[in-house]
Amino acid sequence: MSKHTLFDKVWDLHKVSSLPGGSDQVFIGLHLIHEVTSPQAFGALKDKNLKVKFPNRTVATVDHIVPTDNQSRPFKDNLAEQMIETLEKNCLQHKIRFFNIGSGNQGIVHVVAPELGLTQPGMTIACGDSHTSTHGAFGSIAFGIGTSQVRDVLATQTIAMNKLKVRQIWCENKLSHGVYAKDLVLHIINQLGVKAGVGFAYEFAGPAINELSMEERMTICNMSIEGGARCGYINPDEKTFSYIKNKLCAPKNEDWDKALLWWKSLKSDENSIFDDLIKLDASKVEPTVTWGITPGQSVGINQQIPFLEKLSPNDQFVAKEAYEYMGFKPGQSIKNTPVDVCFIGSCTNGRISDLRVAAKVLKDKKVSKTVKAFVVPGSEKVAAEAKQEGLDKIFKESGFQWREPGCSMCLAMNSDKLIGNQVSASSSNRNFKGRQGSPTGRTLLMSPAMVAAAAINGKVSDVRKFINK
Amino acid sequence: MKSEFIPPIGKILQISGKCISLIGNDIDTDRIIPARFLKCVNFDALGKSVFEDDRKNLKGRHPLDLEENKNGSILIVNSNFGCGSSREHAPQALMRWGIKAMIGESFAEIFYSNCIAIGIPCFTLPKKSIQDMQKYIENKSLFLEIDLKNSLAKSKDLNFILEIKESSRKMFLSGEWDATATLLENVKLVERKYKELTYIKFGDEF
Repeated sequence: MSKHTLFDKVWDLHKVSSLPGGSDQVFIGLHLIHEVTSPQAFGALKDKNLKVKFPNRTVATVDHIVPTDNQSRPFKDNLAEQMIETLEKNCLQHKIRFFNIGSGNQGIVHVVAPELGLTQPGMTIACGDSHTSTHGAFGSIAFGIGTSQVRDVLATQTIAMNKLKVRQIWCENKLSHGVYAKDLVLHIINQLGVKAGVGFAYEFAGPAINELSMEERMTICNMSIEGGARCGYINPDEKTFSYIKNKLCAPKNEDWDKALLWWKSLKSDENSIFDDLIKLDASKVEPTVTWGITPGQSVGINQQIPFLEKLSPNDQFVAKEAYEYMGFKPGQSIKNTPVDVCFIGSCTNGRISDLRVAAKVLKDKKVSKTVKAFVVPGSEKVAAEAKQEGLDKIFKESGFQWREPGCSMCLAMNSDKLIGNQVSASSSNRNFKGRQGSPTGRTLLMSPAMVAAAAINGKVSDVRKFINK
Repeated sequence: MKSEFIPPIGKILQISGKCISLIGNDIDTDRIIPARFLKCVNFDALGKSVFEDDRKNLKGRHPLDLEENKNGSILIVNSNFGCGSSREHAPQALMRWGIKAMIGESFAEIFYSNCIAIGIPCFTLPKKSIQDMQKYIENKSLFLEIDLKNSLAKSKDLNFILEIKESSRKMFLSGEWDATATLLENVKLVERKYKELTYIKFGDEF
């Protein structure tokens, strides 16, 4: 059993009681809601005649269903309009702070909360979305919940949950030039597998992690769930504190000093005990691309799609399914695979630093004529910042479409979808069958820089050829 | 899709039904219920859309479309079932189709807790036992009576000791899987915790 880790400290601080069945009742410090997984929870409150216990601890935005081309209301899609109206009504009725379209702070919930300084070290954070693990980048314990648990948080500000074990993933050395956080996390998932994290919180640590910016750390923690871990976190440090400082909802004045002192005490102790420990060498990671139908099925850009016999017996079943669905042959090189659509965005890689990196690759270049490329900023703030820096112009001049913020083609709940068996190069997080809106659509996950390179060449390419040291 | 849906309520002590074998590892919640069906403000209509794309693709040969499985209610699955998105729409769709319990090699974390929260027990068995069970179902029909008190599944020919997290088993036996009421009992402790937590003192309003 883990001891003295940040996870243990935060869990113990938030534990309200031990429940009769043996699970814990845990206080949720920050509850984030959006339009897809909350309406049924509010409905259940109404059915049970319950109120929202602490409306000041819940914050809402709208992201999954918003169109990214024309956001004028009512939305063209009636169902989408009904969902945003329901959220507006629920927030108004229960006095929940809502960052709506046009507020300047709307966007993907996991992009917005850190930007506002809502996400802070030592908090427990829950949201009806599996990528809530993103917020762990700040040393909070953050995890996705289902709608019934959204109901429980609204009604009681707590949930029933079994304490997780803690696995430390120690990343030695540092990433080489042209290799990004996305490549590292895809590599980690490939090495450990997509279900290794079940029952665990992942602590990402080591020199390679320390080196990363806050936005890169968010990319790492974001995809913990793709490795099976409901929660992933990084111990807070000076980078964490300076990111939060002066944000809208950050502690101010004397509270800031107190917060800082407290945050510094949360780090996993030197003598922490972990349930498991994994070490890997970050300097060996190459630009990484998925070839299959789970985020664990990836290879380095210079590697080949693995032969069946090279895989462990447990992985062979899904690999066979993947070859067939993707139309790839074992031994085939991933490099030069033609792509039809290029998508930059999502809670994994839709932040300002992601847009900067992609724009740098695209500057003075043109997107291949065979490719449809579009960029969806993670939030209104990201979009505004990008415009201020002239990134939108670089994207547009290269041939990328510049869109409004939202989740967009990460999960294709709006009109941004693949058609037929199109192949997408995508900076998002899931390459599941049908994930990007077409039941036969195919997704290759990669870093935003690699998506930009693929857009220029019309095929999977090594971005290191495009950037100078 | 069964005629009328009645959600589970209170103590869940026993579940009996016909088993349906659904073979495959890492079956994600996007496959169980594709995102386009998430455009809804209640779960009522989800049952008919469960596994929509897989079923269309298999043109009537999907396990959920086979005539002999029409009244099945126990799903036999493999490893990491329900991985991916936290959408409760996935177990809700399965439940509304008619699934009352699942037995598998392993389940993804959030999917598992969603199942518990809506009253679908998920049991595990070693890989070999699941595969034996799925092979058996290929030729014969398997009707199981699951007793949660003893974690025992009985049929005409086979008996299994099922594994389930002790906390989940207890919640089904006591009815506390529907957690809201239990959590509300500790409202005083919750209010105290709210007052104690360092960061809440930094400001009541974000």
